Amino acid sequence: MKDFTTRKVYYPYVSPFDPCPPITEKVYSTPAQLYLGFQPENLQQFTPQEALYAGTLWKVFYDPYYGWYEKGREDQ
Amino acid sequence: MWIYEKKLQYPVKVTECNPRLAKYLIEQYGGADGELAAALRYLNQRYTIPDKVIGLLTDIGTEEFAHLEMIATMIYKLTKDATPEQIKAAGIEDHYVNHDNALFYTNASGVPFTASYIQAKGDPIADLYEDIAAEEKARATYQWIIDMSDDVQLNDSLRFLREREIVHSQRFREAVDMLIEERDRKKIF
Repeated sequence: MKDFTTRKVYYPYVSPFDPCPPITEKVYSTPAQLYLGFQPENLQQFTPQEALYAGTLWKVFYDPYYGWYEKGREDQ
Repeated sequence: MWIYEKKLQYPVKVTECNPRLAKYLIEQYGGADGELAAALRYLNQRYTIPDKVIGLLTDIGTEEFAHLEMIATMIYKLTKDATPEQIKAAGIEDHYVNHDNALFYTNASGVPFTASYIQAKGDPIADLYEDIAAEEKARATYQWIIDMSDDVQLNDSLRFLREREIVHSQRFREAVDMLIEERDRKKIF
């Protein structure tokens, strides 16, 4: 079984007549709320300080999204 | 009744005067999936929903206003000292001739906010499903704004706002689970 990820990929059809250089991989977000159902008890938490920065107390929901010009974009 | 805390929910830092980013951000201010639409949608639905999820709608609706205030701060900072040349280069001169530097509830294309962006169907499941969809759409909008932005400090605040959409979506999904009331029962159909 593959490891859980919050990004999924699909591969759109590439025509020989596409006017722009084709983007062969399209990535979309699939964060944890799509899978978890009613939140179970005793999930891992951030410290209060970390939670204020992360935007969530719960590690399972933390899913940062980075722009094209940012470090971290490659890993998502 | 509300109590106001005179600070932002998360700090808003803007690296440089960049009116073009303001043009994108206004989508989250007065757009169909923006923070104003979210706040008004949730706070209005509270009256016709089972008691046990009213508090959730109050909490999230209130937080949406805190997000609205962050977006307003971003737009204001990005435009407040822009020169007419910068305004024209950013393509927001049609906003400027009507509003000067004032903020207004429009989407990124300048279409003014309308109540038809939101719904109150009176059916608890239908309304909560709309709320879940709204959170996912707002999450996606933040992604596309982050993609368009080269301001790393601004993106940090936008990442926080996107994370909150994820948490809100989770809570609305839990609200549905509570209302359908089959959570801990064995399902036999």
